[in-house]
Amino acid sequence: MKVAVLTFPGSNCDYDLYHAVKQVGGEPVWRWHRDRGLDGMDAVLLPGGFSYGDYLRAGAIARFSPILEDVVAFAESGGPVVGICNGFQILCEAGLLPGALIRNESLKFQSEDCLLRVERTDSSFTSNYETGQILRMPLAHAEGNYRADDETLASLEDEGRVLFRYVDASGEATPEGNPNGSRNNIAGILNAHGNVMGMMPHPERAMEPLLGSDDGLGVFSSLMASLAGTH
Amino acid sequence: MSQTDSAPTQSLKPTEVRPREGDPQITEEVVADHGLSPDEYERVQRIMGRDPTFTELGVFSAMWSEHCGYKNSRPALRLLPTQAPWVIQGPGENAGVIDIGDGYALAFKVESHNHPSAVEPYQGAATGVGGILRDIFTMGARPIAVLDSLRFGDLDSPRVRYLFSGVVKGIGDYGNCVGIPNIGGEVQFDRGYEGNPIVNAMCLGLMKHEDLITGVAEGVGNTLMAVGARTGRDGIHGATFASEELSEDADLDSRPRVQVGDPFTEKLLLEASLELIKSGHIVGIQDMGAAGLTSSATEMAGRGGTGVEIDTSLVPVREPGMTPYEILLSESQERMLVVATQGKEAMVKEILEKWELEAEVIGRVTDDGFFRVTEDGATVVEIPALPLTTGCPTYEREGIEALEIAELRDVELPERESPDRDLSEALVSLLGSPNIASRRWIYRQYDTTVRTGTAVGPGGDAGVVRIRGTQRAVAACTDCNGRYVYLSPRTGAMAAVAEAARNLVCTGALPLAITNNLNFGNPTKPHIYYQFRQAVDGMAEACRIFETPVTGGNVSFYNETDGRAIYPTPVIGMVGVIENVDHITRHAFRQPDDDIVLLGVNTNELGGSEYLYHFHDLVAGAPPSVDLLGERSLQQAVLSLIQKGQVVSAHDVSDGGLAVALAECALGAEGAPLGLEVTLEDALAPVPLLFGEAQGRIVLTCDPDQTDSLLETARRHGVPAKRIGRVTEGGEGIRMTAGEYELRVSSHDADRAYREALPERMDRTLTADAE
Repeated sequence: MKVAVLTFPGSNCDYDLYHAVKQVGGEPVWRWHRDRGLDGMDAVLLPGGFSYGDYLRAGAIARFSPILEDVVAFAESGGPVVGICNGFQILCEAGLLPGALIRNESLKFQSEDCLLRVERTDSSFTSNYETGQILRMPLAHAEGNYRADDETLASLEDEGRVLFRYVDASGEATPEGNPNGSRNNIAGILNAHGNVMGMMPHPERAMEPLLGSDDGLGVFSSLMASLAGTH
Repeated sequence: MSQTDSAPTQSLKPTEVRPREGDPQITEEVVADHGLSPDEYERVQRIMGRDPTFTELGVFSAMWSEHCGYKNSRPALRLLPTQAPWVIQGPGENAGVIDIGDGYALAFKVESHNHPSAVEPYQGAATGVGGILRDIFTMGARPIAVLDSLRFGDLDSPRVRYLFSGVVKGIGDYGNCVGIPNIGGEVQFDRGYEGNPIVNAMCLGLMKHEDLITGVAEGVGNTLMAVGARTGRDGIHGATFASEELSEDADLDSRPRVQVGDPFTEKLLLEASLELIKSGHIVGIQDMGAAGLTSSATEMAGRGGTGVEIDTSLVPVREPGMTPYEILLSESQERMLVVATQGKEAMVKEILEKWELEAEVIGRVTDDGFFRVTEDGATVVEIPALPLTTGCPTYEREGIEALEIAELRDVELPERESPDRDLSEALVSLLGSPNIASRRWIYRQYDTTVRTGTAVGPGGDAGVVRIRGTQRAVAACTDCNGRYVYLSPRTGAMAAVAEAARNLVCTGALPLAITNNLNFGNPTKPHIYYQFRQAVDGMAEACRIFETPVTGGNVSFYNETDGRAIYPTPVIGMVGVIENVDHITRHAFRQPDDDIVLLGVNTNELGGSEYLYHFHDLVAGAPPSVDLLGERSLQQAVLSLIQKGQVVSAHDVSDGGLAVALAECALGAEGAPLGLEVTLEDALAPVPLLFGEAQGRIVLTCDPDQTDSLLETARRHGVPAKRIGRVTEGGEGIRMTAGEYELRVSSHDADRAYREALPERMDRTLTADAE
């Protein structure tokens, strides 16, 4: 399975994604942002980092990168697209996902482990988890505070497009469990067609117990399973 | 005082160099403003065989500044051991490099940005990180981790809180954006650093042996290229600025001498540089750091035994009308000087263009040994390169200990016999001291997990990064207790090396080498030079015993405000290797009923302790003594126990003493704190026993089945060891018995004091400061 890992100027989680794809048996393919064409790719990943230094606004400049046109076409044709951290921000800026990510409530960069609850497992990105399963993985961002207007939020909830929610140690989506002020404790969402997913925490950093957790493995193995059609 | 190098005598061919129109006259004042003494200026005239032009004077001023020329430190630095079979690159390059096995090499170095951070904490600290990253990737290594060693005045001062929060944000924003995990460091708050914060940043980089490249201008006819950001009017004479004392209003006057960082450009420059090095199109590369184009060009020529010629009108600049003086001495950030193989210039440009950066030809390597600068065809600088880089006058000064320090050591210390306070409350109070409390408020602002290599992040005894594709990991830490060095420079420096090694060993690493950052006051003062010289002696001796040679570092003098010097602070950045990731060990207790074993000897020493500072506002007494051979045996014993798989957790005993070390192990447990029950049977007074900072001690936990065998191994290494208690459930709290004294602290109280100390001081008071 060929999985494109995009690199924008300032991306810095591209290597981590590359290794995550390899670990689950995928074939990662580098794509520099000025390269054109995603032909032959089975999925596209947008990494974390600080594309264009996050100057102006996180993700705001990267959405004008040449390859974004191809990403939009790829997504519209139903191809799976995943944006993590800065990648999520770019997907929101590009209009592939609803809402926006603003400054953390703390107004600081936050790097720490968070707890996530898997809200549904009938997606291409969560099929290898259990519903309600609690995952621990790192987050590292200054702008991860998910915002959307009431209408958008309602449709996200009604259509079950909230994939991951921040929770406390007891598994509840409380203010204590919410690291950045995101509305409804939202950590990851799907688009209406279910083929584009964005999340702020870093599953690619939670791939082995040596580094503290392998709870992120499921995101990538689920994607592989769905690509292989075994799902 | 004596000059140690004989002045070179060299007669030059007649020069075409003429002063530029509008150049200031060179007067005694102008020479003094450039930080050169009359004797040094005479030496310049002898080297040149004529009077230098204003531009040439600027070049000498930068290259012979303390920062670039090491004029007061070089003779002493020669005493440090620099050799070992695993050392690939010792001092003198952008960074040291050691072999870490499996075909990999580790580049590492520490560097200070104290002066800029004192006047503009955010940019000062940020550019400090930027500079040290460039030192690493110019060796061909990919940066894999940074650490930061920080010192500030008392946290009760609003100014200190401003400096502290600005420095932390600066370090975080820069490293986070470039995507290099922060894996550790230390911070201390003490009025001894009032006005002069210490900001030292260390970086580790990983490479395959064959990718090593150095900053050498080789191959006559090869091309010099300026790469990366454009040259602007910022940071001019930063190197000279870093070699002066600060004054009360320095923060206003000196801001233009502080550089401004752009981590986004740095990230592109990092990728472009590594791609350039791999391409084989270049023979040398160096950061345009302190003293910018001048130092990079002359140092590369000096190492290559060649000359260089630069046309300043070819250097890409940010604004028109910059003079050669400004272009040569600008310290604009994120710039590199590259020596490209003749004929490969277009390929170099192509790589840089991919990363949306500029590369311009600005000169060439020559064979005449001169640093020559032209401007539109007219020669404006012509100086023999070697005397610029190696001919800087060096001084071995007289060192005399200040009388008041000798007196401080003899002060009668309080609570040596019986405590003045409730010891349980004392422990909680100490856990809430800014010098001991959890550093999470700091490292929560640093990305610690990017690059998916961090096995042990900040908060442990040392940071550990695994090497992907191997069984290995590298460990690194920074250490120095400035109070110890202040009270006894030689002992204090030995303690810094010993503690660094002990910290590495506690994670399961074999210590291999150090980089040092020597932060001191004004070395022309005899009592400061005494501190410096004694500290270097102690460091040299300790490095020999631990077989950890010095592969490079940085000297930062003149850390004084209005004549008051900082505590002498020779920060040790140490690196080591863990051969098998299964041996990685953490400081936190893991489960109830494990046995707690103390290796090493408790003493009645209390001098220089956090206890005395915290409760008595006192920095006095003799610092804890250091037994280097005993320390080495201790470390060998612990390492062998870890490698045999007998150790569950390991933590060194340092600031706050044994009671604090034990509490840290309990509070560090994953999820919720664990408890502990310990009985100390030593016939010692309770305060030194519980809170004294005797060196050479490590606290281990192990499965009770292993305790006897573990104690036996320690004995075979000649290391005193004793089971002192066991780990308990968190609900049972911290319970220690020392003779007739008992400590009882609930996990909740201990945890709260430990975790909330920094957030409460920073987040609450920052709001208050703003009102």
